[in-house]
Amino acid sequence: MPLIRKRLIVTLTGFGLLLLAALVTGPLVGSTHISLARVFDRSLPFADNTDAQIFFIARLPRVLAAALVGAALAAAGVVFQALLRNPLATPDTLGVSSGAALGAMLAITFHVDVALGGIPSIPLASFAGSIGAFGIVYALASARRRGLSTILLLLAGVTMTAFFQALILFTQYLADFTDTFRTVRWLMGTLDVGSYAPILAALPFVLVAFAMLATLPRALDLISLGTDAAAARGVNVVVAERLALASASLATGAAVSLAGPVGFIGLVVPHLVRLVVGSDHRLVLPASALFGAAFLIGCDAVARTVWSAGELPVGIVTALIGGPFFLWLLVRK
Amino acid sequence: MLHARHVSFAYRAGGPRVIDDVSVAIAPGELVGVLGPNGSGKTTLLKMLSGTLTPSAGTIQFDRRPLSGWKRRELARRIALVPQDTYAPFDFTVLDIVLMGRYPHLGTFALEGPADLLIARQALASTGMSSFEDRSFATLSGGEKQRVVIASALAQRPELLLLDEPTASLDLGNQLDVQLLLAGLNRDGGVTMVLSTHDLNLAAALCRHLILLGHGRVVAQGPTEDVLTPDTVRALYGVEADIHRHPIAGHLTVTPLARVP
Repeated sequence: MPLIRKRLIVTLTGFGLLLLAALVTGPLVGSTHISLARVFDRSLPFADNTDAQIFFIARLPRVLAAALVGAALAAAGVVFQALLRNPLATPDTLGVSSGAALGAMLAITFHVDVALGGIPSIPLASFAGSIGAFGIVYALASARRRGLSTILLLLAGVTMTAFFQALILFTQYLADFTDTFRTVRWLMGTLDVGSYAPILAALPFVLVAFAMLATLPRALDLISLGTDAAAARGVNVVVAERLALASASLATGAAVSLAGPVGFIGLVVPHLVRLVVGSDHRLVLPASALFGAAFLIGCDAVARTVWSAGELPVGIVTALIGGPFFLWLLVRK
Repeated sequence: MLHARHVSFAYRAGGPRVIDDVSVAIAPGELVGVLGPNGSGKTTLLKMLSGTLTPSAGTIQFDRRPLSGWKRRELARRIALVPQDTYAPFDFTVLDIVLMGRYPHLGTFALEGPADLLIARQALASTGMSSFEDRSFATLSGGEKQRVVIASALAQRPELLLLDEPTASLDLGNQLDVQLLLAGLNRDGGVTMVLSTHDLNLAAALCRHLILLGHGRVVAQGPTEDVLTPDTVRALYGVEADIHRHPIAGHLTVTPLARVP
């Protein structure tokens, strides 16, 4: 087996090129055919260049949003799976997504109308919801002095998800017809962000999360084999676990507030990546972020083109593709 | 090298003491066995000696410095722990697992270089697992896994190796392999060892010193010949045993005869 340095270079190059290809072809795919040559045709003013308008205004924000959300959810999935030592963990497992969803439901149903720095109330409320849910998990985790108990975290996550789901249903019960329709649509997950502003708002949080994650992959390798063994190998388990929990929750919260709860990315992408690069988190984590971005761009391209009557919410497509695939993966093992 | 003085431990404040006022000293080059029935505190004691569990009372010093004063990485370059069993939720290769032993020697962003790979391969070779390098850890048998985890601990290049029931759930052949491996590492590699075990004959064959734990307290400790007696075995396990020097092996052997009512 070659040295990790070489494997890292090969992995980053391979998955980086894949993402680059997705970023370039993604905006070209859609109901209206456009040509890359015309998009970058400088002889036409932008106002007259419909191809460039479709590329930069209609499609590129969507593609970039897909990249950001896909990368964040896939990386968060990797971290939750390692932290909980459970290959079935996802960014939703600890209730962070449900908290975000509840925030969005409340903002939609009660017509909360507070904008902060140009960011509308729904993503704000949803981000606040994810932070709230994370706060509860973190408090539960920190109540135990000697590090996290994975069983306790899993049970707390399942309980909190059920609790938030009940509150979501209650909120929908209170809502009128139009608002219920909007909340249901939000829960399907969509990348139709409309402009670059929401992406730029979510970007710093994802970047901060990724910067924190960058210090963790080796510690995650060791923690996945057991916290006592990890500590005996020199890992500061309490610090690493809290950093992992905080950064994965932050990435999840930012992604869900941008696009709604897009399912299956955080579960399927890490498993697909492990089939290719092995289990070393120094490879799995960056490769999952890159592949998650490319995968969601691809799913969104399908969502935009597969149905002639209109665009499908991307959350439906990821689950429709991801669900059967994951079942196959489970049976295969 | 390692001194524990009046160490106690309770998993919750005011709860029962799993370890109660234990003092032990491990000298360099020693091979110490920790014996005691289930729940006597062997694993807890080993975890405290490794620094992964902090005593509720008392102090543990390594190299004349309290364990609490050591940085985790710094300590892991000197002391390694082999847990009772290792479960890998992901599909790591054997070499992946062994290379993780280099963690305390590398900075946060440092990657293993050729020197680290060499050390990992030497560790694998010394446990007789070289040919398993690219195998999936999860598919190995219990004995093979145990040797890989020992190799991973050796890749830390520790002076002190702590092993929690290293031969539990191994068949006779694997038990002997691990026993000879540990004896060799101690004799030729100069690695000081503390191991817990339920296998009195293994302890008698391998360990020069014994610590006998009962209900979290030291029942007896000292040279194996002095400590391993019918009286201590009866006190620890409630078993009447015959203890004799084996005519061929040359060490003490323990044969249980009857349950003490």
